[in-house]
Formats: sequence, C-alpha cells, structure tokens
Amino acid sequence: MAMHHFIDRRQNPGDRSLGNRQRFIRRARAQIKKALDQSLRDRKLGDITNGEDLSIPTKGISEPRLRHSANEGRRGRVLPGNKEFVTGDHIKKPPKGGEGAGKEGSEDGEGEDEFRFTLSREEFLELFFEDLELPDLIKTDLRESPTVTYRRAGFARDGTPSNLDVMRTMRNSLGRRIALNRPDKKAVAELEARITALEDVTEPELEDRGLLDALYDELAELRRRQKIVGYIDPVDVRYRQREPVPKPNTKAVMFCLMDVSGSMGEREKDLAKRFFVLLHLFLKRRYEHIDVVFIRHTHEAQEVDEETFFYSRQSGGTVVSTALTKMMEVVNDRYPTDTWNIYAAQASDGENFSGDSQTCSALLAEQVIPVCQYYAYVEILDEREFELFGNPEAGAALWRSYREVASERENFAMKRVTKPADIYPVFRELFLPQNAGA
Amino acid sequence: MAQAKDDSTNDNPDLLFDGADWSFKILSETYDAIERVALDDLGLNVYPNQVEIISTEQMLDAYSSFGMPLMYRHWSFGKHFAREEKSYRQGHSGLAYEIVINSNPCISYNLEDNTMPLQALVMAHAAFGHNHFFKNNYLFRQWTDADGVLDYFQYAKKFISGAEERHGLEAVEAVLDAAHAIMDQGVFRYRRAPELTTEQRQARKREIEEYRERTFNDLWRTLPDKKNAEVATEAEKEKAERRKQLRLPEENLLFFLENNSPILEGWQREILAIVRNVAQYFYPQRQTKIMNEGCATFTHHYITNALYDRGQISEGALLEILHSHSNVLFQPDFDDPRFNGLNPYAIGFAMMGDIRRICTEPTEEDHEWFPDLAGSEDWRGALKYAWANYRDESFIRQYLSPYLIRKLKLFNLTDNADDSHYTVGAIHDEQGYRKVREALANNYDPAHTDADIQVVDADLRGDRQLLLEHSVRNGIGLAEDSRARVLKHIRYLWGYEVTLSGIDHDNGKQLYRTSTIEAEDTEAAE
Repeated sequence: MAMHHFIDRRQNPGDRSLGNRQRFIRRARAQIKKALDQSLRDRKLGDITNGEDLSIPTKGISEPRLRHSANEGRRGRVLPGNKEFVTGDHIKKPPKGGEGAGKEGSEDGEGEDEFRFTLSREEFLELFFEDLELPDLIKTDLRESPTVTYRRAGFARDGTPSNLDVMRTMRNSLGRRIALNRPDKKAVAELEARITALEDVTEPELEDRGLLDALYDELAELRRRQKIVGYIDPVDVRYRQREPVPKPNTKAVMFCLMDVSGSMGEREKDLAKRFFVLLHLFLKRRYEHIDVVFIRHTHEAQEVDEETFFYSRQSGGTVVSTALTKMMEVVNDRYPTDTWNIYAAQASDGENFSGDSQTCSALLAEQVIPVCQYYAYVEILDEREFELFGNPEAGAALWRSYREVASERENFAMKRVTKPADIYPVFRELFLPQNAGA
Repeated sequence: MAQAKDDSTNDNPDLLFDGADWSFKILSETYDAIERVALDDLGLNVYPNQVEIISTEQMLDAYSSFGMPLMYRHWSFGKHFAREEKSYRQGHSGLAYEIVINSNPCISYNLEDNTMPLQALVMAHAAFGHNHFFKNNYLFRQWTDADGVLDYFQYAKKFISGAEERHGLEAVEAVLDAAHAIMDQGVFRYRRAPELTTEQRQARKREIEEYRERTFNDLWRTLPDKKNAEVATEAEKEKAERRKQLRLPEENLLFFLENNSPILEGWQREILAIVRNVAQYFYPQRQTKIMNEGCATFTHHYITNALYDRGQISEGALLEILHSHSNVLFQPDFDDPRFNGLNPYAIGFAMMGDIRRICTEPTEEDHEWFPDLAGSEDWRGALKYAWANYRDESFIRQYLSPYLIRKLKLFNLTDNADDSHYTVGAIHDEQGYRKVREALANNYDPAHTDADIQVVDADLRGDRQLLLEHSVRNGIGLAEDSRARVLKHIRYLWGYEVTLSGIDHDNGKQLYRTSTIEAEDTEAAE
C-alpha cells in the first residue's frame, strides 16, 4: 500500500494564521480604533459584544509596489471573442473610471478606499478595554461567556469513568445475572468441593465414577455459563448524567440616566456611552436577562429608546431630580425588586437647577439607593474644568450633595471623568471579587 | 492491482470509488491508478509526491501567504487572510481545490471538503501535471532549488521570528515592509541566482564582508585637494571605478541593498536576502502561468478520461470532474461583463490540446506553420518538449496556431492612452495571425510587463544619493502614488536620499524624475 503518499494535516493546530492576524490588527490599530469608536457610537448597548464588521481606510495598510501606470503609454492588448471588428476599426474608449480593457493596478485590492473585515468578539473587547484601562483580571472576567453550573440529571449509558454510578451499575448487573441464571461463585465452589471429595476416594465405586464424570460436565457447563453471561456487562453500566445550567438565572434591569441638555456635546455623550457599555458588559456576564431603560432629562425627564437617548438633542434647563423621580416611577411600575436586580448609571456634566441638588440627594438616599444593587454616577468634565475641580471636595452643588450620599452608602460610586480611562474606577467596587455575588 | 472497495456493491468491480466520500485507502488506490496512466501512458517524469489533506482554514491561510504554507509571519498575510476569509464566507469566491509546492518531494495540499472525484482530479492535476512541469521546465531547473526549498523556508521562518524576538516586531516589520515593496525588483532576470547551500552561503557572506570593508574604506577616504579640471576627470574616473566596484548597473534592488546599504545591520541584510530568495523562487511561476496550468489541466483531463475509459471511474464521477474542469476553463468574451482578462487555464489547455491536434490531425495550414510538428504523431513527445523548454512568452510565440486564433476569435487592440479610441490592430485573418501572436506573446514577456528599474549610481563619497533609472518602454510610466511610497521604503533601507528617473527606452530622454529629497528641495528654494 502506498499510504506514505498521504499526510493528514487537518489536526495540526488551527491557529497558524493567528500570528499574521495579530500582526495585522497591531499594524492597523489606529484605524481600527477609529472605526471602532465610530461603531461604538452607532451600535446598541446590547450588541456591543458580538463580532464586528469593520471598514477601515486602506491607507496605512496598503502595500505599495512599483507598478506600471494604467493610464499612460501605448499598449497592445489581445482579447478573445471578436464579433464584428475588422483591422483598422476604431472603438471608442469607455469613460474614465470605467471597466477598461485590462485590470492593471487593482489586483491587490489596492485602489479601493476601504478595507472591510470582521473583528472577532475577543478582538473587539480587547480594543474596547484598551482605553478603559481595566485591570487584567477583570478583562478576563468580562471576556468570559456566561458561566454555567452542572446539575444532576438522571443517568446515562455513556460517560466518563469518573462519573460511573457503581450502585446503579451493580443493581443492573445483579438483575441481569439473576434473569439469565448466571451461576454464582458459591455454586461453583460447592461443586468443586464435591468433585475434590470424590477425587480423594482412592478406589472409587463405579457409581461414584459415573457421578464424578457427571459432576465434571456440570462444572464445565457452569464455567461456560459464567463466561458467556458476564459479571458486569456493558449494558449494566450507568453514568451519572449532568447537564449544564446557566448560572445567572436572574434578571437585571439597568437604568441609564443622562442629562441631554445643550451642554452635553458629542464628546460627553461618547464618554457616557462607554460608561453605560461597561456596566452593561458587567451585567451581561452576571445575569441572563437584562432590560435596559433609558431616561433622559433636561428640566423634565422622559423614558426613551436608545436611539433617541444618544442622538437627539433637547433644549431646556436642567433639573436632575426629575430623572430620579422618573426612574422610581418605572421601577414601581414594571420592575418589582423581588424579581429584578436594579442597577443605575447616571451621566451628567454636573449642572443642575439651583436648589434641586438637595432634592436629588434626598431622593437618592431615601428611595433610589435602597432599591438598587449599585448606583454609579459620572460627571463628565473637560480638561480645564477637571483641573479646576482637582480636589474632590470642590464642585458644583450636585457634586457636593452626591458626595454626602456617597459617604453614607456603599453601593453608590461617583467619579469625575475626562477620558475613557477614568471610567473604570467608578465600577471598581462592583468588580471586586468579594462582590461577585452581588 | 487496483481493487474496488471491499464492500463494493456496484456492478463494476473495477471502479476505484463510488460516490462522493473519500478515505485514505481510496485516495491511495486512486493515486496508484493515476500514477500508472501518468507514468506508463503519458511518460511523465515527476518528483516523489507527498499529498497533504488540509482544512478550509489552512487553505485560506496558505494562499494568503503567497501560496506557501511555510511562510514567515507578516501583517500583510493577516490582511489577505481577512479578505479571503470574508469573501469566502460570503460566498463571493470559492476555494482553490489544491495548492502545490515546487519542491522535492513535491508537496500538494488538497482540501478536505473535496469530493472523491475532485480529489482524483486534483491529484492528477497537481501531483502529476504541475509536478512534471516543476521538475522539467528549464526556468525551474535553472532558478529554483527543489531539494532545498522546504528547508530554506523553514530557516527563513525561524530567522524572522528570532529577529522579532531580538529586535522587536516593529523593527522587523519595517524591514519586511520595505523589502516587500521592491520584491518585484528583487529578482535576477538574466543571470543565475546565488546558490543557497549553507557552505556557499557562508562563503558568500565572508566575501560580502570583505567586499563591504573595501567599499566602506572608500566611504571615509577624504577627497584630496585638486584643481577643478583634474577633479572633473578624476570624478569621471572614480565614477566608473565606483560603478565597477558596486557592479552597476544592477537590476536586483534587493540584492544591491543587501550588499551595499551603508546603514543596515547583519540581520536586516539577511531579511533582505530572505525576501529576495522568496521572490526569486516565485519568479519562474510568474513567467509560466499559462504553460504550468495548461500542462496540469491537460494532464488531469487526459488521465481522468483514461481512467473512465478503463472503467475505473464511473460516468457520474467523470461528469463531476468535467463540471469542475469547465468551470476552471471558462473564458468569457471581451464584451461579457464577467470578462477579467485572458484565463491562463483556458489558453493553456487550448494550446496543449492544439499541439496534440497538430501532431495527429494536421491540416494544410498546420503543415505550413509547423512543418516539424504537423503529422509527427508523437504528441506526447512534442508536449513534453514544449513543457521543458519554453516559458509563456516564447511558448505563445512558437506554438499559437492560426486555428486557435480563429477558434478563440482573438484580436489585437492598440491602446494609446492619448487617444480617445482603441484601434483594432489585427484580427483572426491571414494578415493578422502573426501580429496577434506577437502581441499576445509580448503581454507575457516580463520585459514588457515588469517595470525595468536598475540601480545606476550610488555616490558613497558625496551625498550618498542612490540613483535609480527606470527604462520606460512604450511611454508606460509608473503609477504615481505608489511610486513615491516605494521610494520612501527604499530610502529606509538605503539610509540616504533616493532618486528615480524615468528614461525613455527609445530616445534616452528623461520623462520624469522623482526623489525623496524633493520635499526638502522645495523648502530650501523658498
């Protein structure tokens, strides 16, 4: 047989291309990040963790070569399928940019402006986390798919030896041995004893000799039966069956509260979105079902859909307490605290109608925080403001009254942010391992 | 002898396989049957074969890296993979059924998803057709080292990953990027490439070291103070001397930079050598697309039909094979929206079949055009002679027949970029045959298709500017955007400014000049 001609390579490590892939992502990092930031703006919170179709400009990942220019000089082409041309005919050229008669220049996808490819979930999260500067432990934690526990679920005919159920197996074995009349050890031993006793007789009677022969036959028969009816047969064997059950079998609702008055610009909303995404990722890992409620406010609050939440603008004053009131309405209306875990994330630029901040802290302390697992507040500032308020003590009325709440409540966190890397600390408490059961 | 499957239930006991499923046993028996036709009937001369079965992902990976599964790592291969994968998953493009490597033993990679009839087709195509071509064609014999190539690629891969560890990903990437940019200008076209065996490599290294020292001395020697007139002639003389020492002009940019760049370190030079060797290894394939595919396609077509005639494959299997065969050979007319140039499989297969026809059923015309070939009966010998001694350009010049020109209705179009129209230069008629043949041959001539760029001077004593010259034929210059970027890459490897001039091949006039110093020039002028 000439089997040596063939080698089965299919089992070779499949990630041979991974090295090239990583180098490609690294190379195109800047553009990918840019595309990613854009897509972060465009996508819904819940879709963030799926793989991502990205389009990046080819500039920077092109591979230039010295190639002939396609639009100068004289060429002699040869084409198949002449129909009516005769020598000397003139054929009008197609307008510039058309198909042309050749295909010079673009064989490498060069010349296209966009390069499209798919980013895996892993790669997407890696890049998403990069700006947020999450600790490694938490990155791995978030990247994991939802954990499952295994629950006993009856018995199966196949499984691993470690799951062998001895009791069940032996019970089956016994039943089968009885049913098929398998001679047991005792019967064989008795017969052997009788044979030995007869053999010991030095001068056996003729009758005894006949008996001995009969006993020999009987023993042979018993042994044969023992052999064909096994002590344990594959049909007896039972394994404990376990089936995977998703662990977080509970529901959570996440409230996104945001100030949408004119002072919240593109940059502010972008930061806010990252903040919401991070909380959503956290919840997604922990809970099987997550509802997200978007509440925006100016001087009055509304529950809106995601699209409106992030993209439409409203004019008006700023009365933060309206959002909290609205949130409590929704909670009382749809999310009873005995079946729902409630999380809330609030983003604002810190402005508030004078006098309202006290109302806010009262609402928070008395109503909102008691029903919440966690309440996180970020105040989005620009760099200049950030320096101005370098001291956490300093701040506008809202910040100061929230500080009071924060000092009393453990499940309330607040932070000033100017860039993505500032966001994570708000959730630090949430991600601490001892809080895992939150 | 070939035996049918043990549990064979089909009517014909000679059948090698029945149905789509394959196993290693069936593959092996089919291989033996194919081999018998290939060697005993066609009389092919092949390297020992090693057929490897690979998965879709492995196939995508292989042809993202120049079709070479043992390639070193580089981001551009990851980019190609991403594109290939996307286009494959979206169903825009199918996968190649096989990849074959010009090596001894000859390794071919077959896709696991192929049905058994396809595996048979692929084995006949790659393991015998391409294999014979690799082993016998003069370009491959002359320019590539089938015995050493696998070891060399292994070595290259290891060297590059080692360099990445020592010098960092980015440093290696920068050199590879630059080297890839001039890969097309990194081949010897007219003289033998240096041998690749270890001893010779080392000997050459020593030689290069010494040589480098010599040129480096030149570098630091200061000009003696002389009178202007003397300096001029002295400069002339020195230029001649310098060019002689640097062995200029040099067409192989990678080779030149590897040996003469004043700034590269040893490992960087070695990377240039690797890229240059990769380029050189693939250079014969670029010149023999039509012939190589023609040879492989003719071979698989002949062998699978022979197996059918012998009752070894079923009619169903043959139909499946022919279906794939004609998909591969599809040649849309120039005015068909699917037209994307001439299909090398189609032209190659048609020409191989035509040679057989001329040998066995010649017409008057064939006697006139191919007096030695027509009616000689020995089509096997004629094909093998052609496969061994031609490349696409010379093959077309020699063998494209009026019959085939008529059959494909080939016509020649003169495309002058300045005109608003094309002119039909020749069609499939008595006056046109030679012209069509000539024009088609030129389209496969590297002298016409590749830009002819040479290093002409490098004044190591002066500003060390590297001067390149592009000999422009038929007024075809270089695409401008990539031109400037490639020059930057060359500058990176050379360490000093680089200037490229386009010189008209016919009248010696300078058509363009582009330089890495231009930006600074304009600044200085202000």
